[in-house]
Amino acid sequence: MAKTISLTLKVWRQKGPNEPGRFETYEARNISTDASFLEMLDIVNKELTLQGKEPIAFDHDCREGICGSCGAVVNGHAHGHERETTLCQLHMRKFRDGDVLVIEPWRSRVFPVIKDLIVDRSALDRIIASGGYISVRTGQAPDAHALPVSKEHADAAFEAAQCIGCGACVAACPNGSAMLFVAAKVSHLSLLPQGRPERWRRVQKMVRQMDAEGFGACSNHYECEAACPKGIRVANIARLNREHLLAAFRARLFGEYPDIKVLPPSV
Amino acid sequence: MMLDSKVPAGPLAEKWSRYKAEVRLVSPANKRKYTILVVGTGLAGASAAATLAELGYNVQVFCIQDSPRRAHSIAAQGGINAAKNYQNDGDSVYRLFYDTIKGGDFRAREANVYRLAELSCNIIDQCVAQGVPFAREYGGLLDNRSFGGAQVSRTFYARGQTGQQLLLGAYGALMKEVNSGQVKMFPRREMLDLIVVNGKARGIVCRNLITGALESYAGHAVVLATGGYSNVFYLSTNAKASNVTAIWRAYKRGALMANPCFTQIHPTCIPVHGDYQSKLTLMSESLRNDGRIWVPKKKGDSRPPSEIPEEERDYYLERRYPSYGNLVPRDVASRAAKAVCDAGYGVGPTKMAVYLDLRDAFERLGRQTLDDLYGNLFAIYEKIVGESPYSTPMMIYPAPHYTMGGLWVNYELMSNLPGLFVLGEANFSDHGANRLGASALMQGLADGYFIVPYTMGNYLASQSLEPVTPDREEFRQATLLAEERTKKLLSIKGKKTVDEFHRELGLLLWDYCGMARNRTGLEMLLKKIPELRAAFWENVLVPGEAETLNQSLEKAGRVADFLEFAELMARDALHREESCGCHFREEYQTPDGEAQRNDAEYAYVAAWEYQGDDVAPQLHKEPLVFEEVHPAARSYK
Repeated sequence: MAKTISLTLKVWRQKGPNEPGRFETYEARNISTDASFLEMLDIVNKELTLQGKEPIAFDHDCREGICGSCGAVVNGHAHGHERETTLCQLHMRKFRDGDVLVIEPWRSRVFPVIKDLIVDRSALDRIIASGGYISVRTGQAPDAHALPVSKEHADAAFEAAQCIGCGACVAACPNGSAMLFVAAKVSHLSLLPQGRPERWRRVQKMVRQMDAEGFGACSNHYECEAACPKGIRVANIARLNREHLLAAFRARLFGEYPDIKVLPPSV
Repeated sequence: MMLDSKVPAGPLAEKWSRYKAEVRLVSPANKRKYTILVVGTGLAGASAAATLAELGYNVQVFCIQDSPRRAHSIAAQGGINAAKNYQNDGDSVYRLFYDTIKGGDFRAREANVYRLAELSCNIIDQCVAQGVPFAREYGGLLDNRSFGGAQVSRTFYARGQTGQQLLLGAYGALMKEVNSGQVKMFPRREMLDLIVVNGKARGIVCRNLITGALESYAGHAVVLATGGYSNVFYLSTNAKASNVTAIWRAYKRGALMANPCFTQIHPTCIPVHGDYQSKLTLMSESLRNDGRIWVPKKKGDSRPPSEIPEEERDYYLERRYPSYGNLVPRDVASRAAKAVCDAGYGVGPTKMAVYLDLRDAFERLGRQTLDDLYGNLFAIYEKIVGESPYSTPMMIYPAPHYTMGGLWVNYELMSNLPGLFVLGEANFSDHGANRLGASALMQGLADGYFIVPYTMGNYLASQSLEPVTPDREEFRQATLLAEERTKKLLSIKGKKTVDEFHRELGLLLWDYCGMARNRTGLEMLLKKIPELRAAFWENVLVPGEAETLNQSLEKAGRVADFLEFAELMARDALHREESCGCHFREEYQTPDGEAQRNDAEYAYVAAWEYQGDDVAPQLHKEPLVFEEVHPAARSYK
């Protein structure tokens, strides 16, 4: 049953990418435990607005855990301390009266702060643009039943394909690595027969783009898996490494993929 | 104004083939001379942009989110229909067509709906080729499930995340074209105006949501795929940024708005629980495959559901509609839920909820099977409500979810403004007065992958378009207007936040233009909405500045448009003196409470034309001609 709690928030406020930021302290009073974390921020923002102050800027959209817009580091945990939960799906019944919450934007040099809790995650789009798809044109695709896929492969591909691109894995990783993000897409597509023809090129392209963006490498901390709101497993990183290694051997033996280029940040 | 639907001649089943055979083409060398602006990157926008780019057009794409992958199609849960007949249960293109047009209560254009059913199979093929991981059976072939309004299993799905997987497929196709250089992507842009030059749509003005700058873009055609307007109700299942602004500004530039009162209230959503609540969450209709809906037989029964014995439960959908049972269409299920709650049989703390009970299904199929089908939905429910659907029935209540109304388009998906194409939920075309489940994804992708790539060529090949650049007077004027509006919003410095006005508007519409409507209520709305709008422009408080990221200002602009749009919605609901699909006028019902359609007087599309801010809009009628089907009383009993 719903009750109300009050909390102290220490929120990162930053006017723009080149402005200095700082923590500001706010009180969130009489918050229903049935409210979501973002609804709690809405309430604080309403008060700030009525006091003539600027509300806290944060990205959000679907508020049902699927669009990947929202996210902040709460007391050191990306998306807060609940497992497999986006910030919008974190509810205040998971906190206690009197809690102090430190709320920060994603921490990564590849995700510059735009304002307050909003960061620029366009690097993730560029990684997908570099090759995170099956290059089929719209038109006369073969009948969907022409190519059976075992249920095991289809299910494993689906598990990986659930990634919402929120960037929590990067924020949680001590190295600021995007390996889980890249691994999820590489796994999804390399597990399916439709994805096989481009398998080696795809992994090469995506890893090169990932490196060019400045993401760190994986050194097996598993913080990404712990933070992932969709429960994407680090086993996918093992698969990514294997795919990448095989692709690299092939490149050395056969001289493939000379045409791969890295996308500039403006794309 | 004569509304020409441009439906091709010939038998229904041959219209689209004939159109494609006779359509004018743009040669490959000429395609690269054209620039097409696509606004919105949901299923319709992303698929259209990717496909037009593959054909060789230069495409500029705009979206409100930080990435095109986040458009609200991502949240669609249950599935996508296709007439594959993989289940051997008697499905066919004709049957999907008939179910869809009947589901829409015979208020959709026959030829459009037939084409949609025809294309449904190509969509599944295309998505599988892209690597969309649909659910499969052990033999390696695709699985299907059932949805409301159909007696066959034709819905393809990826657990409860079908929209996500389809959108990521379309997003991949779009990013492929970004990589090839054929698409230029502009994220975090909100369209604020449509530019019409010599009667043709030639550009847009947008706000750069990071810098606050107003930017102008010119092209040879504009594609709007900006979704629906359920957020006019404030609380809906839509994403927070979903809004009416793009199509409303197009309306104010001369595009007709069709059937704005056709708004779908989805029967299975998590009930409202507090006044701080920011949105409602859907529980996929697919749950009605296995879940049974009931309320206690005794009024005001406050026992926990586990203590209410079988014989004291009223499975009211199974009782009232024995042949479709829990799988009646959405409008029927929603009204039935409202009826039992209004009569005092509702459950939960607010008594405005009914049970969706999976107990029998858990016993029949086991937990693993149900997890494969609905696992993510159970997780969402538990997070929001704090109760486990494994141990207690879910509580649900209807909520605004989808809007069938939208900008008027002809068979080519072009509005009455030449060069303005409208796709997906933003147009009015295929769902009539009620959309069946798993049909929205089908329509968005049919429009984007398979229809507009043909019709766009026909338009461009038959025009001589003068060069237009963003330094023209029309862009300057529109930019000035947008600037003044922004200044005005920031300068009011009143006492109420944007959200407070939005909530107030939403409640008014929910009470008087929601699941049930009547003349008195609607006439009252036509007085109250202008009053609320006036209060907004006198007393709204928008903090911050124009030339920076300002989310309060973004919201204010959208709510200002909702406050104008809501009046048109109420006007449309008032003028349509019949009940059809989701539009239930209490004055027009059968003795047992079903919708009473009036085909003699209202078998038309109501298309409204803007005449000025303080002038009543003009109504144009496109008669609906049924050559193939005979509109019958829509019975699911």
